[in-house]
Amino acid sequence: MALEAPGQRILLPVNVGFMVLTVLLALGFDLLPWPALKGVPDMLALVICFWCIREPRKMGIGIPFLLGLVMDAANGVLMGQHALAYSVLAFLAISVSRRVLWFGLLAQSLQVLAILLTAQLVTLLVRMLVGGPFPGWNYFLGCFVGAALWPLLSVILLAPQRRPASVDETRPI
Amino acid sequence: MEHSPPPFFNRGPAPVVRVTFFAIVSIFLMVTDARFRYMEPLRQAISTVVYPVQRTALAPVEAGGRIGDYFQSIADLQQENEQLRAGKLKDAQDLLTLDALRAENTQLRGLLDARQRAKSEAIFAEIMYAGRDPFSRTVIIDKGTTQGVVRGQPVIDTGGVIGQVTRVQPLVSEVTLVTHKNHSVPVQVVRNGLRAVAFGLGDAESMELRFLPLNAPVEPGDEIVTSGIDGLYPPGLPVGKVARVDRESTQTFAKVLVAPAGGTGQYRQVLVLRPVGEAPPAPPVMEEPPPKKEPAKVKRQKLRQGQG
Repeated sequence: MALEAPGQRILLPVNVGFMVLTVLLALGFDLLPWPALKGVPDMLALVICFWCIREPRKMGIGIPFLLGLVMDAANGVLMGQHALAYSVLAFLAISVSRRVLWFGLLAQSLQVLAILLTAQLVTLLVRMLVGGPFPGWNYFLGCFVGAALWPLLSVILLAPQRRPASVDETRPI
Repeated sequence: MEHSPPPFFNRGPAPVVRVTFFAIVSIFLMVTDARFRYMEPLRQAISTVVYPVQRTALAPVEAGGRIGDYFQSIADLQQENEQLRAGKLKDAQDLLTLDALRAENTQLRGLLDARQRAKSEAIFAEIMYAGRDPFSRTVIIDKGTTQGVVRGQPVIDTGGVIGQVTRVQPLVSEVTLVTHKNHSVPVQVVRNGLRAVAFGLGDAESMELRFLPLNAPVEPGDEIVTSGIDGLYPPGLPVGKVARVDRESTQTFAKVLVAPAGGTGQYRQVLVLRPVGEAPPAPPVMEEPPPKKEPAKVKRQKLRQGQG
């Protein structure tokens, strides 16, 4: 892999504005009119997971909870359903945050897959308790797509922190 | 206090504590929402705040659509134009007689003292996005209370009925599709006027006519339209076409599957119609326990009456 192993390079401190921007973009992605939802990843969950692993103290659990409320209101589902799922997701991500980054990107995505599946399972349980039908195994497809996108997402979201601290005028980036 | 960490290492409550707190809050919210429906103001407030994000997210999609329209070849447009012209000629004949028929109809209905069929007004709306929830089949449209949408309005597209407005917010509203699991439409078979109720099944492609006897005169290919007896859907709107009829003698009722006529998944432009009559009150969410104190009150009243 062209990228050096994570943890070996000293990154710049994260820009909070960039975090907010990525979260808003992910929210917008989730609110697009998808014609069929089979296999469309929950980008917001993925971005929350990313920032909880990278910046557990900045992201916390309260922000994912509020974002979950936003998703509930926007989708017209039971209030608190996504909030619970995202809180659990953030908690799991924060608790593995010290360990995950020692792995390579592919091994990381496997662990992220487990976290995403757990969060999806929480939603499923809530809905089945309220009396919804079982939506089929396709329901979990989005998690796999999301986990597959993890390496790409990591590279993109870390790009601003990989810039050199002192700007070199002769370098294009 | 001596054992607490020095303040510069203080990280607040542990993640376990925090996640427990937020989980309890979410469960509280869910119970409140499911049982008492107290969350509507909060929902409306959040949805109004998120509206700009939604519109911004939609902007590239809309721009892409517009660019696509621009580059649509002239041949396509000409062909469509010809088709439309032919269609218009065909309709012209009917349209010419329509006015006369309408006047006659009004007169006859007046004579019969029947309720006038109100010409329903319509609000043009666009589907912003489909609810990201595989459990319920809903779409969000870009018109809300500010544009005069009220709960219970039927929504149609060029194919036919697609659903009903179930939740209104200031700028957007939520439409439950006819294929939703708990949605039902009173319908009628065009061929013989047989009345039935079409229930959604929760998947995209089918509805079911329930409680029809095994010998019900329904055949695959029959057109199904709204009957209008609920006072909500105007009568005569296409709902679907019978796709399959299973008559098993072991069952009490025939199993009639209907393919919806409205594009419940395809189109973006819809019309929100005004309901023909007043919307009936929503049924209570939970059955309340039957009042048991009734006899006592009656007795007390009787006593009071006896005293007075």
